Amino acid sequence: MEVSSEQVFQALYETVYMVSVSLVFATVIGLPLGILLVVTRKGHILENSAIFSALNPVINVLRSVPFIILLVAIIPFTRLVVGTSIGTTAAIVPLVIYTGPYIARLVENSLLEINPGIIEAAEAMGATPLQIIFRFLIPETLGSLILSITTATIGLIGATAMAGAVGGGGIGDLAITYGYQRFSTITIVATVIILVVLVQGIQSLGNVFARKIRRN
Amino acid sequence: MGIGAAVWKEQSPAGSPSEAKEGMIAFQQVSKTFESGGKTVEALKDVTLTVEKGDIFGVIGFSGAGKSTLLRTVNLLERPTAGSVIVDGKDLSKLSVKELRSVKKNIGMIFQQFNLLETKTVFDNVAMPLVLGDTPKKQIRERVDELLSFVGLTDKAGSYPNQLSGGQKQRVGIARALATNPSILLSDEATSALDPQTTESILQLLQRVNKEYNITILMITHEMNVIKEICNRVAVMEHGAVVEQGSVLDVFANPQTEVARNFVKSVVRDDIPPSVHKLLAAKRGKSKIIKIHFIGESTGQPMLSQVAKRFNSDVNVLFGSITELAGVPFGNLIVELAGNEADIARAYHYIQQQNVTVKEIVS
Repeated sequence: MEVSSEQVFQALYETVYMVSVSLVFATVIGLPLGILLVVTRKGHILENSAIFSALNPVINVLRSVPFIILLVAIIPFTRLVVGTSIGTTAAIVPLVIYTGPYIARLVENSLLEINPGIIEAAEAMGATPLQIIFRFLIPETLGSLILSITTATIGLIGATAMAGAVGGGGIGDLAITYGYQRFSTITIVATVIILVVLVQGIQSLGNVFARKIRRN
Repeated sequence: MGIGAAVWKEQSPAGSPSEAKEGMIAFQQVSKTFESGGKTVEALKDVTLTVEKGDIFGVIGFSGAGKSTLLRTVNLLERPTAGSVIVDGKDLSKLSVKELRSVKKNIGMIFQQFNLLETKTVFDNVAMPLVLGDTPKKQIRERVDELLSFVGLTDKAGSYPNQLSGGQKQRVGIARALATNPSILLSDEATSALDPQTTESILQLLQRVNKEYNITILMITHEMNVIKEICNRVAVMEHGAVVEQGSVLDVFANPQTEVARNFVKSVVRDDIPPSVHKLLAAKRGKSKIIKIHFIGESTGQPMLSQVAKRFNSDVNVLFGSITELAGVPFGNLIVELAGNEADIARAYHYIQQQNVTVKEIVS
C-alpha cells in the first residue's frame, strides 16, 4: 500500500508545525538560560555561583535523557500543560523540554566566543549588565547564535521522527509506519529526500544570515 | 603614612575636584592580591602614586610587574584589596554602583587590542558610550563627527573595524574613549600592537588629546621609547611595587634601580659598542679616553670646542648617543683627548668643573 501525496503533505505540515512551534518555545527558554550560564560564571559580569552551579547540572541531566524516553517519561506533565498526551500538539511539550537545554548549551558556547576585551571595554564605559548583554554580548556573537539556532532546528527535525510514538505524526512517522513497517521503499526514499531538502534548506538559510551579520 | 592618610580623609570630601590639589588620580597604599589555585599572588604591593592634572604619566615595567592591574584600579575593573584610589577627589571604593558608572564616564580607556565591536561601524563604535548614556541622536551625530575629524577618520565613518589598519583601529578606540568628554584617559599598552611608525603617530595623537582637550593621561607600557616620546612623569614597576618615580628627565638622568637602568639603556645607549672598544684598545696609552654624560644646556659641543681652543689639545668624539627628553638634550659622549700630558690633565680638570658627569675610561 502506497501513501498518497495528500498524506505526505499532511506529514510535512505536521513536521513544520512541530518544529516551528517547538523552536519558538525552546528558544524562549534556552536563550535566557544560555545567557545566564555565561554571565553567572566565575569572573563574568553577574558572577553568581549559586545560580550557575544549580543550572549547569539540571541542563546536563535533561540533555542526557534520550528523547524517546523523555517523550514517555513526561506524559503526565504534558497532559498538565496541553490537556492531552496524544497528538501533534502533545509532541511539542517534550520537544521543547528536549531542545530548550540544547539551545541553552549552544547559546552558551556562542556567547563564550566573544573577545573578553569587548566586555572589559563595555565595563570601562560604565555599561550596566543588561546593556552589556544586549548591546555587546548578543550583537557581537549574533552570527554564531544564528548558526546555533540552525543546529537546534535540524536537531528538532530529527527528534520529530520519534513523535509518532505519541501520535504526533510528521514526515519521520510516515517513514516508519508506511516505509519501514509496511516495506514501502518508495515512501522511505521520498521521506528521506524531503528531510534532506528540508535540512539542507535550513542550514543554507542559517549560513546566509550568519555570514551577513558577521560582515565577512 | 598614618598622617598622610588622615590628611587625605580630611581633604577628599570637601576638596573641590577642580583644585585637584590631591592630584587627578591618587593611589594610596594600594594593594591587590589574587587567589589562584590555592596560591596567593600579590599583583600590587603598597603602591602610592599621584598623577597630577594635565600629566601624561607613564608606568613602565615588564609583563607581570602589575602595571596592568594598577591601571585597572582607576576605573575599578580591578578592585584593590587594600588602600584606596582617589579619582578627581572621589574615593572610588566608597561610591555606589550607580555613582561609579557616572564616574566611569569621566574616564576613557584605550586598549592594546583596541576592543572595538566588529559588527558595528566606526561611527557606531564611537557613538556607543553616548548611546549607553541615552544621549539624543542629534547630539551623538555632532559629537561623533567632531571626534572622527579630530582623529582623522571622517571618511571611515561607515567602515567596519576589519576594514581598518591597526593604527586606524586605535584612532577609533581613542575617539570612542573621548566620546563622553572625560578628564582622564587610561591607555593600556595602546601602541604595543603597532609598528614603530604607527606608534609614533598614535603617540602624537595622544599628545594632542592631552593638550587640546586638557585630558590627563595615565599610560602603561613596556616600551621606554613611549615614555621618552610623550610622558612628563614616569613610575617604574617591578614585582607589583613602584620602585622608582619622578619626572622623566630625572629618572632617565639618574636611574636608581637596576630595572630602571635597563629601561633607560633601551633608549639611551651608554654601553660602548665593540667597534669603539677596538678603537680604544689601539689608542691605549697615547691619549686620554673619557666618557661625558650630560643633560640639558651643557651639551657637549660648545664645551668640547672650548677645551680644544683653551688647552691646545685635540678632541675627538669616538662615540655618542644623544636624545631629547621633554625638549632637553640628554646623552653620552665618549671622547678622546690627545696632546701633551699637562694640557690633557688641565682639559680634564676643566671638563670636570662643567655641569656634566665625566669619567675616565680604562679599556
